Amino acid sequence: MLINQFLLLGAALFSLGVYGVLTRKNAVLVLLSVELMLAAVNINLVAFDRYFVDTEAAGQVFALFVITVAAAEVGIGLAIVLLIFRVRKSANVDEFDLMKL
Amino acid sequence: MILTDWFTMPENFVYSAIGVTMLATAYRVVTTRNVVHAVLHLVAALAASAALFLLLGAEFVAWTVVLVYIGAVIVLFLFGIMITRAPLGVETELSHPRRIRIPAAIVSFALFLVIGSTMVGAFKDDVIEPAPQGTMEFGITRTADVGQSIFQRFVIPFEVVSVLLLAALIGAIVLARKDPTEEESEATGTMR
Repeated sequence: MLINQFLLLGAALFSLGVYGVLTRKNAVLVLLSVELMLAAVNINLVAFDRYFVDTEAAGQVFALFVITVAAAEVGIGLAIVLLIFRVRKSANVDEFDLMKL
Repeated sequence: MILTDWFTMPENFVYSAIGVTMLATAYRVVTTRNVVHAVLHLVAALAASAALFLLLGAEFVAWTVVLVYIGAVIVLFLFGIMITRAPLGVETELSHPRRIRIPAAIVSFALFLVIGSTMVGAFKDDVIEPAPQGTMEFGITRTADVGQSIFQRFVIPFEVVSVLLLAALIGAIVLARKDPTEEESEATGTMR
């Protein structure tokens, strides 16, 4: 197995996530695209872990940390979306312009 | 490495199937017009990434992805969709109009080209070697090794992450619950 086949797949997944974040209007779907980007990062971490044959499995440990932080991020993110939905009656990101001059 | 040699290796055949599945489902996540379909396609994409981790011999990470992502995060997303009353049927208002979508597609494709060309230039034909005998057998990282690494070398980041999880837990509860004083004033307001 080449290392590049995993890195290119990760890059493609990350780019799809960026496209989703830029084009989606619904805040929940923006968070969904962020999850895609984090999955791409995990693929890179595990692929590099195997490539460098790390005896401490540092890449895998950091992939586990990324998964944990992603879970925390989804919890907080959805709570914020819920709060904004309660106040503004909408989950569309382009309507959150309270701080615009 | 010649392309025909690459395809004859069985692990690369499995990799191609997983990769195609993952990219197709990820594309559907960012383009579909149905919110629930987007979440279900994300399940497929994450399952494909777990399969990729199994292919790389990272069994513990693979099953953690299945448990934490597919088990917990997806349920959270479905609840988020239900609570924010996102349009459940086919809906055209989920994405920005075409004049934003086309520049976004150009930006993300350019990003892919930049990352991809850097990676190809840096690692060229480097191969992921089968692991040497010792801590890893046959290229599989044992869960015990990962656990030892977490609780010896990475014990402080582990503690920091656990505190972060606690903070996120409290923060999510504080953010999502209704303000009790506000509720009281609402109740008295309706009584009058």
